[in-house]
Amino acid sequence: MTVQMEADKVLDCTDLLCPIPVIKTAQAIKEIEVGQILHMIATDPGAPPDMEAWSRQTGHELVGNTEEDGKYLFWFKRTR
Amino acid sequence: MTSAAQEADTNVSTLESPGAEAIPEPKKFAMVASKGGLDEVYPVLIMGSTAAALGWDVRVFCTFYGLDLVNKKRQKKLKVSAVGNAASPPPINGLEFKVPTIIGMLPGMNFVATWMLKNWMKSSNLPSFEEFYETCVESGVKFYACVTTLGVMNVDMDDIVEGASCLGAAAFLDFASEADVALFI
Repeated sequence: MTVQMEADKVLDCTDLLCPIPVIKTAQAIKEIEVGQILHMIATDPGAPPDMEAWSRQTGHELVGNTEEDGKYLFWFKRTR
Repeated sequence: MTSAAQEADTNVSTLESPGAEAIPEPKKFAMVASKGGLDEVYPVLIMGSTAAALGWDVRVFCTFYGLDLVNKKRQKKLKVSAVGNAASPPPINGLEFKVPTIIGMLPGMNFVATWMLKNWMKSSNLPSFEEFYETCVESGVKFYACVTTLGVMNVDMDDIVEGASCLGAAAFLDFASEADVALFI
């Protein structure tokens, strides 16, 4: 499945292990405006459940996610 | 209605707007850091920085050897012990090997074990202790020096890193009693 979405900022967390993608995502979301989209790329197999948890805990909406060539792609919308 | 009163009225309605209500009270996370080995403080930093990234209010009570986490003189010299860990050494690149305990007691083996852990962290793209600690502080994790440990180990408050304050067990437990998550490491 291919999901393509416009992003206001891209964060590449390739080869970074837990919890670095979570920490970097939390930092990056502050650098965009409310309503804008952050696109995050990770290879850590723990990323899908981790990022869903991060979205649930922080309230920033996970508007899309997919897996492509061994990479996990996420799109988050800043909500506050 | 005067303009000042109108303004006050507007302020009140702003406070009660759904946007303001949507920000929930952050979850509270109480952690006791009781150990001072480099391999033993990493879980504290990982859990603390991750919880802060989730938007939680994180407070770490550094007690006994865990005080080294916030001790200026010792914070940057944390080591891995080469003896006393039955799981050590872990497999390297999937290869199991055994090192007799007696080797671990030779001079310099703590240095070797510490060097190995630092290397693993580096090759896994994980931050060093210093970088991880900084991340915790920058993301709002609060560290407390156990006041009893300061006394027992004769550590002066001047030796404690800036930003960390001293606290007693009762005061920390008061926070922990309200915490959503509590861990002892």
